[in-house]
Amino acid sequence: MSAPAVAAAGVWKYFGDYPALRDVRFELQPGECLALLGRNGAGKTTLLRILGGLSGASKGAVEINGGDVRASETRARIGWLGHSIGLYDELSARENLRTFGSLYGVTRATISEWLEKVNLTHVADAPVREYSRGMRQRLAVARAFQHGPRLLLLDEPFTSLDDKAIALLQGLLAEARGSGATIILSTHQIREAMELASKVALLDRGKLVHFGERTEAMLQDAGYLYRTYGSAA
Amino acid sequence: MTMLRHAAAIASKDLRSEFRTKESINSTLSFSVVILLLFAFAFDPSPDMIVEFGGGLLWIVFVFAGALIVNRAFARELPNDCIDVLVSSPASGASLFLGKATAAFVLLFGIECICLPVFGILYNVTWWRNLSGLLGILALGTWAMACVGVFISALTVNLRLREVMLPMLVYPVLIPAILPAMMLTNTLLTGQPIPSDFMVWLRLLIGFNVMFTTLSVYLAETVLVR
Amino acid sequence: MRRKIILALGAVALPLLLRNLYVIMFLVPDEMEQGPIYRIFYYHLPAFFTAALCYLTAMVTSILYLVKKDQKYDAIAVSATETGLAFAAVNLITGMIWGRISWGIWWAWDPRLTWALICWLVYFGYLMLRSAIDDPTERAKNSAVLSIFASASVAVTWKAIEWWRTQHPGPVLSIRTGGVQKIDPAMEQMLYVNTVALLLLGLIFVLVRLRQEEVQREIDALRRYAHAMN
Repeated sequence: MSAPAVAAAGVWKYFGDYPALRDVRFELQPGECLALLGRNGAGKTTLLRILGGLSGASKGAVEINGGDVRASETRARIGWLGHSIGLYDELSARENLRTFGSLYGVTRATISEWLEKVNLTHVADAPVREYSRGMRQRLAVARAFQHGPRLLLLDEPFTSLDDKAIALLQGLLAEARGSGATIILSTHQIREAMELASKVALLDRGKLVHFGERTEAMLQDAGYLYRTYGSAA
Repeated sequence: MTMLRHAAAIASKDLRSEFRTKESINSTLSFSVVILLLFAFAFDPSPDMIVEFGGGLLWIVFVFAGALIVNRAFARELPNDCIDVLVSSPASGASLFLGKATAAFVLLFGIECICLPVFGILYNVTWWRNLSGLLGILALGTWAMACVGVFISALTVNLRLREVMLPMLVYPVLIPAILPAMMLTNTLLTGQPIPSDFMVWLRLLIGFNVMFTTLSVYLAETVLVR
Repeated sequence: MRRKIILALGAVALPLLLRNLYVIMFLVPDEMEQGPIYRIFYYHLPAFFTAALCYLTAMVTSILYLVKKDQKYDAIAVSATETGLAFAAVNLITGMIWGRISWGIWWAWDPRLTWALICWLVYFGYLMLRSAIDDPTERAKNSAVLSIFASASVAVTWKAIEWWRTQHPGPVLSIRTGGVQKIDPAMEQMLYVNTVALLLLGLIFVLVRLRQEEVQREIDALRRYAHAMN
């Protein structure tokens, strides 16, 4: 049996005396899409950062495809789209994609393809500083997807996207899933996430209070999960 | 080697960003010229005095200018959380560090080369008589600054009072590199070759560079993964 | 148990220090050229040894922390560094007083005094860095890294300053410059005895500070537990 795409075992993360994550354990198989839900401060970003190799867990272990996340080969297959867009304002779209792409071995042809995909070819050589919010988000998506990652980690990707951008992102995520990539996305926009997700997890004050299949009930009623598994506060 | 390729990508990105905005270059250059000016008022040096401490003066200017440049090294990754994208990429902490140290080195060395003629004009010094030796020592001292400075920039990037703390931490650690650099530059400015009893300084400077480059490369990953 | 050890050490160190003070002030013979001020040397040099040992401990425990990630090494590192700084300050101040009386000036670029000042600044930077980082794990990790840098730099600086002074000779603070070729055995013995006394005192300081760190960690852990219970 091949290794799970993502395996978290007994993960704790402390910031000083505050436990941001408490004994988080779950497994995701390749090709699954996990919607990570939870209120602000529940620990979604912290968990994603540990899965992406940006932070170390205080206790417990994380394995990506059976390997340590800090190994270079593992990180080559991870795509990260964090809270901020992760782009250099003073460089152009093309330069941004080339800079990050060169760390993953992305060819120039692929970069041009992606600029086309996210509709930014016409402004590809203007500095990102001059872009609108939606354009920056689309470029960030290109940056995260261009190297064909097998694991995509997205932290509230739908926030402040316009409708066109949301549709674009959903299309790209569906395409990625279709090619067998594993996706974990944390979000407040439950409806968009539920449409994509095959699994759902709810974090409440650092604890994983629910992890399971995405059900029809969840798809119909956005608040169902919070009401059923969340705490009273 | 992948690590060098990654480091080169980071270095060229840093340099491209810097030349595009010219933020640090402009402020550092003007700062250096102002310090050269202030020293003229402080000491009103005669040619004999310049022979005594020209090298020291130059390196004080370079060290102050250096603080401005190395401070930017990791600070430039903070807007839009680009540092996260870099750390989650296949580039190791070591290659991130090497790339940034190289970029800082290039910027600093360039500024120093501009400072030399300014120094020559303001203080009436013919500094080019042992040019290759002088540039060699400048390079060695500048690498020491870039290496230690960029490393400590990584250590302090998330702290409040970063701009104040960085020089306080870097300068004392850098003394065993700056001292030889000053001694050697002093001699080379007079046009003489390095005398044999000064060779210890050269060995010290090279030894410092080897030791601290190794330490920094080795420990960069530890510092960058929070 | 720890408290008993500290009290026991104190019971040995305090009488020893008092006895040494008496002997140094009244019983040890006068040194030929320097006069009575040389007696400050009996504190100046042992303070240096104690500080150096503390710095060495800090370096070793910093490396151990990075390897093993056990917080107790971080606690020892900070306790040793702080104690080292205190004894280094004693070393510097006694050196300055000695210099003032011997040379008439408060400071001269004596190689050892200069090096001691640089060391002090480097390790003070370590404390400054610690005070700026709130998260204990980040603080331990980053200050351990800085401690390694600091130790490497300080080791190399010693040679650098020595050569600097060889080329620009200056005054040297030593009992030997008094013209005495060999130290009087009584003086030498006193030196060792006071070194022991100061080392004991240093050990007490480190243990006390260590206890402080451990209590703080216990409080943090209890807080964590309370949060988790919520």
